Formats: sequence, C-alpha cells, structure tokens
Amino acid sequence: MSWSGRFWVELALVCYLLGFGYSVYSLATNRFLTPRMTFLAICAGFLFTTIFLFDRGHAIGRCPITNRFEVLVFMTWSMVLIYLVIGSTYRLSLMGAFTAPVASALLFLAISLPPDDAATIKIKVNPWLEAHTSFSMVACGAFALACIAGVMYLIQEQQLKTRNPSSIFFRLPPITALSVANSRLLWLGFALYTVGLTTGFLIGQRIDWMQAIWSIAVWCVYGGILFARVRHAVAAKWVATLSIVAFSLLLSTFWGIRFISDRPSF
Amino acid sequence: MNIFCFGISHHTANVEVRERFAIPDSALADSLMRLAQIRSVEEGVLLSTCNRTEFYIVSSDSQLAVEPLIHDFYGPVETTEFQHLFRLPANPTIRHLFRVASGLESMVVGETEIFGQVKRAYEIAAKSGTTGRVLNRLFQKAFHVGKHVRSSTAITRGSVSVGSVAVDLAQQIFGNLAGSKIMVLGAGETSERTARSFQSRGAKQLFVSNRSYDKAVALAEAMGGRAIRFDDWEEEFRDLDILVSSTAAPHAVVTRAKIEPILRMRRDRPLFIIDLAIPRDVEPTVHELDDVYVYDLDSLRAIADRTIETRKKEMDGCDSLIEKHVCDFEVWLNRASERIIQPAAIERTQT
Repeated sequence: MSWSGRFWVELALVCYLLGFGYSVYSLATNRFLTPRMTFLAICAGFLFTTIFLFDRGHAIGRCPITNRFEVLVFMTWSMVLIYLVIGSTYRLSLMGAFTAPVASALLFLAISLPPDDAATIKIKVNPWLEAHTSFSMVACGAFALACIAGVMYLIQEQQLKTRNPSSIFFRLPPITALSVANSRLLWLGFALYTVGLTTGFLIGQRIDWMQAIWSIAVWCVYGGILFARVRHAVAAKWVATLSIVAFSLLLSTFWGIRFISDRPSF
Repeated sequence: MNIFCFGISHHTANVEVRERFAIPDSALADSLMRLAQIRSVEEGVLLSTCNRTEFYIVSSDSQLAVEPLIHDFYGPVETTEFQHLFRLPANPTIRHLFRVASGLESMVVGETEIFGQVKRAYEIAAKSGTTGRVLNRLFQKAFHVGKHVRSSTAITRGSVSVGSVAVDLAQQIFGNLAGSKIMVLGAGETSERTARSFQSRGAKQLFVSNRSYDKAVALAEAMGGRAIRFDDWEEEFRDLDILVSSTAAPHAVVTRAKIEPILRMRRDRPLFIIDLAIPRDVEPTVHELDDVYVYDLDSLRAIADRTIETRKKEMDGCDSLIEKHVCDFEVWLNRASERIIQPAAIERTQT
C-alpha cells in the first residue's frame, strides 16, 4: 500500500472524526449548531475514500477489495454512500451524527491493521467475483445504516416510554420516519445481498462451503427479520433491535469465518 | 444625544395597571406623533403589548421629565400608579431592549411572539417618521441579537403548556400531522383546546365522540371534523393515530382489554394517547403495550415544567451573548455622539 493511498484514508478518518466531534459538542452543550457541518465533514470524508478507491482500483485494474484494509474502506464508503442518498431522502440529518462515529471506527480499524501485501499488478478480472464482492459490501453498508436507524429508533422509543424526553429526543427524526428508514434499509441491504450471494455461486471457482453456509445464514437472518416485519408478527421496536443484533453478528463473525475457512480470500 | 427607556411591564405592575397604560395598536401612530411633538424628543418607539408598555426615546435633554409626558399621554395619573413605572438610562436601555427582543423579559421566558411585537412597534415608528439614526440602529441590532440568542441557545426550546407539549410529542412520533387521524373523546373545553393545538400544526382528520352526541356534533362542526356516537368510537380505533381523551367518566374508558385486540389489527403504526381526564380515562397498563404511548396530565405538565427550568438555566448564557452586543452598540453610539459633537464644537469656535 502506497503512502499516498493511506493518506487519503487518514484524511477521510480526520473528516469523520471532525463530524462526530462537532455533533457531540452540539449535543453535549445543548447548542443548536447546524447539522450541515457534520454533513459537510461526511461529504469530505466520502470524497477522500472515493479518491483512494479510484486510485487503488485504477492501479490494480479491479474493484479494490483485495485485502482487509480495502474491505473496511469499501464497507465504510458503501455505508456513507447510502447515508448520503437516504439522509437527504428522509431528511434524517442527525443520522450523520450517528454515521460519522461508525465510519470513523471502521477506518480507524482499517488503519490499525498490519499492512497487507496488496497486489499492485493488474490481474485477470472475473466479473462475477467483482459483482459478488461489491454487491455484498454495499449490502453491508445498507445493513450498517439500518443498524444506525435502529439505534436511533430505540433511543426515541426509550424516551417516549419513560415519559422523560431529553433534548436529543426533539433533535432526532420522528419515530415513524426512523421505523420506515430502518425497514427500507433492511430491504435495500437484503436485495443487494441477494444479488451478491447469487453472483457468488457464478464465480466458477470451487465453492468454500464454510463461507457459503455463513453467507446463507446471514441471508436467512435478514430474510427472517423482513418476513416478520411483513407479517406484522413483531413490533417496530423488535425489528430495530434485531437489525442491531444481526449487524453486530455479521461484523463479529465476518473475520472469524474467513479465518477458519479453507480458502481465506476477499 | 441620550437614549433612555421608561414604562411598565409585568415585572413592575399587575394586569390592572398594565391595562391602564396600554396603547392599542390603532392609537400607536397618533401617540408617536404626540411624542415627536415634544421639543427635546429626537426619536421615539412605543412598544405596547399585554405584558408591557415601553417608550424608547432619544432626547437632547438628559433630564427629560417623564411625569409631564405621562400626564400628557394618559391624563391625570395617581402618584401610586407612578410607582409602577421604571426608567432606564442608556446602557441598561440597550441591554433591556436586547433582552426583550430575545424573550428573556417575557412572562413565559423564551416565547417568540415578543420578537414580532417589537418588530411591529419599530415598523410603525419608522413609518410614522419618529425613528432616526440611533433607534434605527438600536432596533436593527435588537432583531439581530434576538435571532442570535434564539439560534445559539436553547431558550426557545420545548413547549411550556400542556397542549403544546402534547403536540410536540405527536410530531416527534408521526412527523407531519397532516396525515394523522385524531380522535377527541369527550367534548369538553380541554379537549377542544388540545384539538385546536393539533389543528394549528396541520392536523386535518379529526373525529369527536362524546356521551352526548349533540355536543360531539357541535364540537365536530366547530372544528371541521366528524362526530361519532360514543358506542361506536372503538370501531374507529383501528385506523387512529392520536387519541385525546377527556371524558367525565368515573372509571377508565380505554382499557388494555379493549385496546389489545384492536392493536393486533393495526398495521404497526404507533398510537399516541393523551389522557387529560381526572380521574384518568386510560388504564395505566396500556402504556406498557408495544407502539402505544400514553401521556396523562401529570407527565405532560412535568415536561412543560422541565422546559421552563431549562430555559431559566439558559438565561445566563443568553445574557453573556447579549452583553457582547451591548458593548458593540455602545462603541458605535460613542463614535456617533463624537461625530455629532465635533462639528458643533468647530462651529462654536468659528463663531
């Protein structure tokens, strides 16, 4: 990994940290600072990760998801991309205050990892593999944002149930908007993940069954949540809780499954 | 060039005295013209609201007597009534106006109506030609300060009345209230007031149910809603978003046993219940159900009280913001005074 490549990611991390810090200051001091600053910081962070991914993709001639560093950067990029689309659609501006720390944590983790021996030579591209990895990563971004919307929903729910709304209650989006955003993000993530999973079976290489079973298990977990949602079997509160639990499980098992699989790859 | 302010407010006088000194909107222009006719008065603005009547004056006479001016405006005034008047010199006048425009001097601290009232008072004075360089600058600065204080602090945050708190909560649950279905159970004054608060924030679909159907019809017509017979209100519950209950029933009208089966049929939309009745209309355990939020009078009042406390705590922060603007204005005022004095001094030496 070239120094300049890491530099863009470090710059993006600084932007996300600034956005997060600004939101924390705004909430802690109860001052009504404009959420536009957080939004701008996130936009700048997104721009820098885009530059990194573009440079890297150009250098290796394929989608830059060839090592753990790139996977984390791509996942962050996907999450922020969906935030930028969904944030303006639903006017969930304060979602930036919640997205920025997650983006910071993912990039911090990426930077903290020991350097990988990343390929810098152009290799023959398998379009199915490219589609599989990129769709799966963008799906993870959508699931991450669904998790964030779930956290925000539970904060609102808790404040309403305790009849003790604090200042953050009136600054978060309405609980119904969060519930809709949570559902739509789950659907978006599920659709993308389904495409990613399907293309995974078309790569043409020997199937790693450990990874395949794990991927199908993730698909089943999210499918189950959405099925329960469609059938109105569970309240919105439980859908929000399950989207947090599911994403936490996804993140925590993601590296482990690749470690124990017989063909660790990205 | 001396700025000063005198008048009465809810801090110094009760409502009877304030009524005596109030100047109706229709008489403001005439009053300003009378004020302008006083020889030493160079500029003047009159601010008259239900909580205050204040004269902001720029005068060449630093000792301008207020009593004759008051007699001129209001006729014979008792000595006891003069005790309610306050008079502020230049610096406190600037600070006072900034605090008034920011809502810090209001009876309900942080209310925003006063900003519009100050603006209107200034516009009338400007139109009448009784403002000049100093008051123009002072009031423009006051509007800037008012906006700054409101946008940078929590002084206007939250609601301070039970009805407004209920509507705020509803907005944090449903967002836009235009699409929300609201049912008012009980056609009393409290229900009507709360329903009107909802209407003022965009609520359009309103149902009224009452034991006396005629009263329900009367209120529904007055509010542009639809009346429902008391025996049928549960049927409408399935599509309901907000229930405002204020019946005179001696027992709970909305029970968990009644609500639970209906909730299963709803398409996971939250239900917000505002129980304004005493004794309460809604069984307390209803609040434990998923997606149901029940707020009674005590819980709404507690939120309103907390808002008042928060606003009071914010006042120190507001005052330090205002103080900077007061200093800025004083610097400008001193420079402006020097510019007026210097040519006058040159003129005297030449003659």
